[in-house]
Amino acid sequence: MALKHKTPMVDELMSGPWPSFVADIKRLAERKPQCDDLLGLLELSYRDKEGHWKHGGIVGVFGYGGGVIGRYCDRPDLFPNVAHFHTLRVNQPASKFYTTDVLRKLCDIWEEKGSGLFNFHGSTGDIILLGTTTDQLEPVFYDLTHELGMDLGGSGSNLRTPSCCVGRARCEWSCLDTQDLTYDLTMRYQDELHRPMFPYKFKFKVSGCPNDCVAAIARADCSIIGTWRDNIRIDQEAVRAYVGGELVPNGGAHGFEKRPLDIQAEVIDKCPTKCMEWDGKNLKIWDEECVRCMHCINVMPRALRPGEDVGATILVGAKAPILEGAQLSSVVIPFMKMEPPYEEFHEFVEKMWDWWMEHGKNRERLGELIQRLGMREFLKVTGLKPDPRMVNTPRYNPYIFFDPADVPGGWERDTKAFRERHQP
Amino acid sequence: MPFDPNDIMKDRLTDIGPPKFDKFFPPIVKKNYGKWKYHEIIQPGVLVHVSETGDELYSVRVGTPRLVSVDFIREVCEIADKYCDGYVRWTTRNNIEFLVSDKSKLQPLIDDLKSRDNRFPIGGTGACITNIVHTQGWVHCHTPAIDASGIVKSVMDELYEYFCSHKLPAQVRISLACCLNMCGAVHCSDIAILGVHRKPPFIEHDRVQNVCEIPLVIAACPTAAIKPKKVEIDGKEYKSVEINNARCMFCGNCYTMCPALPIADGQGDGAAIWVGGKVSNSRVPPKFSKLAVPYIPNEPPRWPTIVQTIKKIVETYASDARRYERIGEWIDRIGWERFFEKTGLEFRHEHIDDYRLAMTTWRTTTQFKW
Repeated sequence: MALKHKTPMVDELMSGPWPSFVADIKRLAERKPQCDDLLGLLELSYRDKEGHWKHGGIVGVFGYGGGVIGRYCDRPDLFPNVAHFHTLRVNQPASKFYTTDVLRKLCDIWEEKGSGLFNFHGSTGDIILLGTTTDQLEPVFYDLTHELGMDLGGSGSNLRTPSCCVGRARCEWSCLDTQDLTYDLTMRYQDELHRPMFPYKFKFKVSGCPNDCVAAIARADCSIIGTWRDNIRIDQEAVRAYVGGELVPNGGAHGFEKRPLDIQAEVIDKCPTKCMEWDGKNLKIWDEECVRCMHCINVMPRALRPGEDVGATILVGAKAPILEGAQLSSVVIPFMKMEPPYEEFHEFVEKMWDWWMEHGKNRERLGELIQRLGMREFLKVTGLKPDPRMVNTPRYNPYIFFDPADVPGGWERDTKAFRERHQP
Repeated sequence: MPFDPNDIMKDRLTDIGPPKFDKFFPPIVKKNYGKWKYHEIIQPGVLVHVSETGDELYSVRVGTPRLVSVDFIREVCEIADKYCDGYVRWTTRNNIEFLVSDKSKLQPLIDDLKSRDNRFPIGGTGACITNIVHTQGWVHCHTPAIDASGIVKSVMDELYEYFCSHKLPAQVRISLACCLNMCGAVHCSDIAILGVHRKPPFIEHDRVQNVCEIPLVIAACPTAAIKPKKVEIDGKEYKSVEINNARCMFCGNCYTMCPALPIADGQGDGAAIWVGGKVSNSRVPPKFSKLAVPYIPNEPPRWPTIVQTIKKIVETYASDARRYERIGEWIDRIGWERFFEKTGLEFRHEHIDDYRLAMTTWRTTTQFKW
């Protein structure tokens, strides 16, 4: 079947060594008119150098205030099959393992009731079903819940779908059970995930170690990053094997040739606190000076492993620039044991949310509220004590908001006594 | 019971959440959960994880365009059924991992993936350029300044050799966001491509009061450039707004709140390039990406200037950085003056911050290089 729209510019993206989304969509466009129109619309954007989608209207499934993003094209006259082209966000299983059985069923549902196109996956982690009409939203939701045991993810001013790294499923460095915690948070907070009750979006991301493979520190309002309190486990035999050139450094990440590792230059000199020493036979680590950056472990994965007293560092407030500028998350709980049933963590989360919901302005992220009302206030409402691990440096401006409770007599002054001591 | 459009509450299931994470684990992952001991990359894109139980799990990582069809997913399923007992997973950077516990299946799997034209490029491990994380662009977003998938395809075509090798000084994470909302949170990437607008929004006075909450629009502007205003058109008075264009920093937040303030413009829009960010804590703390090029016009369908600019940055870094140095660590060592000199990129007014906390980025020492 010949496609309706000529797309000469878009077609130029069919060639080249990287897989082509155009070639992929084209094979589906043979039997899905939405895909044909989508490519036609994209060609128009390539000509105009402007997008052709409008703001979403209020569409969704009954009882939910998120998970569906309304999308309408601004040239329905030319591309009627994508006039309404709504997105559904489907909550991925934590760390994104699938069986082919469930994927095939998902494909069958989505080919029948939608465009047949996905984002696998969206930036937050959901499976994105890209493009359907309003009348198909309830049927798709019914099939997802009944046939696949799947549910919608978050959008708008909801809790967004929590996500995590591969964790203990296939990584030796994970200091907490990232999937289990992600699943726990997702299930405990289904109401917050599906119904907007926050000032703005809220993201949890869980990384098993300070390598932070889900970029939790850059993009989660609450970043949970695995760490340990005891000593790096050392296999001295394996350290000697790296130095002797019997093992490939970095697990091959920096080249596959077996070469003697220059442990001084490649490990010890790169250590941010210089807490290691190599005497030609043994590697000594002064663990009390270690800041757990992961570099030495990354370089010698057969010889070094994180300690066994594991847990997580909790940081809050990361966000992209809109509105007050980009922020990284800041440490508020240097260490928390992260074991089921995670009661201590839930308690922290709920105190934090109560404060944010009470004081946050419309579209104010947690990190911005903390900036506006102060970290002191945040620590107070969450019951946390100040700790030097929370700052890169103490303040260097002298404008300290002293608490009247800490000053003898508070802020009351005996003006008469003052004037008896000092003539005007 | 099939869906009944006349009674949507019948048998309704809500708030069931996602499938539990271990429901789709391959048996070897279930058995060795939490017991993995070490890993090795045996060739670009192919990892082996070794467990304390002695089990070995091979993962073959392939890049995808992220925007994929049911046909593509079905092809993935066909491969996973043939070699991986029907299991497959995705990474956080839009790569697929085919997992095999039986080493004899590894080479046939690799050969099969290679036989399918260019659809399953193997790589994305180690000191490489792995897949670009990106947003929707002109394919499906209402606020973009650039396309996403087309630029990503063009950049990855040009840098393909770095996806399939470990020859860079360290990993280079590239990401793309098609506007400042940054759904993709690209602000801590080694190289970020960011869609930017350069013309203030125009005001459709006759629509504003019908489609926007004016107080919310005013509150949405971070520089307080928007004020309420009554406007008369053809003898009819409309409640609308006025914009102090000199204060506009082109964030697009007002357009997000109000569709009657269109900001996109074919001539004005394009991409800024940012460099030197990272999220891992390895060696040095996480860093924001900093501005390298303030503006490159949209050049569909292949965006040659963006592609060549990124290639130039990557190649300069590759030839100049020391082993393990991420782009940001390399620049910290050589200095920004050297970065601009070595890459040949022009240093302009736009590079000097003039927003809040700008002074924290100005040079407050006599230490610099000639």
